[in-house]
Amino acid sequence: MSAAAEGFAAEEVVVRGDSLLRRAWRTLRRDRLAVISFAVIALYVAVTLLGYAGLLPDMQERVGEKYEPPSLSFAKLLGTDIFGRSILYKILAGAKTAMTIGFIVTGISLPIGIGLGALAGYYGGRVDAFVVWLYSVISSVPSILLIVGISYVLEKGITAICIALGVVSWIGLCRLIRGEVIKHRNREYVLAVRLLGAGDVTIIFRHILPNVFHLAIVTASLSILSAIKSEVILTFLGVGIQDGSSWGTMITDATGELVSGIWWPLAGVSGAMFLIMYALNVAGDALRDALDPKLID
Amino acid sequence: MGAYVIRRLLQMIPIVIGVAALVFVLFTSVGEDPARVALGQHATPEALAELRAEWGLDQPLWKQFLDFLVQIVSFDYGRSFNTGEKLMEKFQQGALVSLSLTVFPFLLGTLTNIAIGLLIAYFRGSWLDRISTALFVGSMSISYLVYIIAFQYLLAYEAGLFPINGYESGWSGLQYLFLPWIIIIVVSAGPDIRIYRTVFLDETKADYVRTAFAKGASESAVIFRHILKNALIPILTHVVISIPFLILGAFLMERFFSIPGVGDIMINAINTGDFPILKGLTVLIAIAYTVFNLVTDLLYAWVDPRVQLS
Repeated sequence: MSAAAEGFAAEEVVVRGDSLLRRAWRTLRRDRLAVISFAVIALYVAVTLLGYAGLLPDMQERVGEKYEPPSLSFAKLLGTDIFGRSILYKILAGAKTAMTIGFIVTGISLPIGIGLGALAGYYGGRVDAFVVWLYSVISSVPSILLIVGISYVLEKGITAICIALGVVSWIGLCRLIRGEVIKHRNREYVLAVRLLGAGDVTIIFRHILPNVFHLAIVTASLSILSAIKSEVILTFLGVGIQDGSSWGTMITDATGELVSGIWWPLAGVSGAMFLIMYALNVAGDALRDALDPKLID
Repeated sequence: MGAYVIRRLLQMIPIVIGVAALVFVLFTSVGEDPARVALGQHATPEALAELRAEWGLDQPLWKQFLDFLVQIVSFDYGRSFNTGEKLMEKFQQGALVSLSLTVFPFLLGTLTNIAIGLLIAYFRGSWLDRISTALFVGSMSISYLVYIIAFQYLLAYEAGLFPINGYESGWSGLQYLFLPWIIIIVVSAGPDIRIYRTVFLDETKADYVRTAFAKGASESAVIFRHILKNALIPILTHVVISIPFLILGAFLMERFFSIPGVGDIMINAINTGDFPILKGLTVLIAIAYTVFNLVTDLLYAWVDPRVQLS
């Protein structure tokens, strides 16, 4: 004991810790499909940012005759719609809407899920009973009806969708975090820092949450994914985006057009959706493999 | 056990009250005036007042909420704002239609998905595993809407294998259900098989599997006698909790194929702002969900003796 302490004091050895993040980064880099997926996600984010900078081409502009099939000019790469507007430009505008909703919803649901989950798991008792009651109530209401209700209260549009999806989508993460925090709260390391005089806030934020944070990161990629999916369906049902800049509107229009042999609007929008959803799925799986301490030997 | 069931049933009360409050806030006290929605922009104030009185909208809010709670307990949800039909009758008809749409593909899909999940878990790490994983992730990346539109167009409109849409009760109506069934099974395959594969893989790492092999049990004995039985617990949870949503039906499917189920009732109510229907539907499904939650927990204890109900 004393020898070990002496040695420690004398040498000041700094072992470069192989941190979880560094190891995760190495694992991710080796996975080629994951790298491609992150690149695709980055591309969609870039389109979104370009959109907010006002640099995306105007989707309302007529670029040709009505229903021109795809051809080799940039605007007509994916053909034109009934008003001669570029399908590609509409898809880019839809991508901006979808990504915005994906990120805002995740931005709302992640802190709620982590916060309530940590509080419920750590304090137990009445706090826990309240949080469990809250998510039992919300999760027993079919989310589609809850979302419709919320969008009746707020005006239909992007804000209503973001808030509505945010309100329903924190529950899964909250359950996960609560369960993990319950497991951690009586572990020895927590007892040790408590003995050292750490307060609850320090224990939760500095010590417990870093141990369960990988769950939040994995959930985030899946949350963006499901928000995008839901937005399309809500807009299709008429309670979503009203200004036409949504993949859901494009799919609605495409349903009728298919019968007249106009396949390119549906093909274009399905392709664009498939690409980002596949990338988010793969990214979610790759992050889970790379970050879950249980899966790392 | 009996005491546990009673306590759990009592715990349902605050949840149902919470749901009622949520539904009440969303569909009654805020939002548009339903009387105005029903009568249009040019209604006279007298007509509006009369309709509001008929629907009880002139009562104070707390009275309306109490009435709503009484409605919930007595399973009497009044009449539709638009058609005046009794809601419970409408629900019962719709629920039967929705169940005829969803139950069969749910059962068949669940069985085949479990079997395929087990198969893929058995061949884990092989090319079969890798290809099927890529395939299922792909199938999960396509919007539900696109599945329905594409299948309806290709198989019903182009190939003429099925009627494009419609519904009839009785055996002759089966022809209308085949295509929706196929779509439901195809769509559920990706996510379900992935879950079941993970469940089986988690089990293969358990101690009892090592013990079984150590005592000389054959691979098939370990899989069927040990792993399958133990994996039943998480599988059961996943399956039972999906049941209440069968009543709601695959609402997009009902929309596209003109099937008059609960989902179709719901979408019509959304489009016409028929609040009593939306309220009643929400509460009924929420109650079903809480009940099935309880059933899941009881089944849990029944299949897994280690689970202590307390």
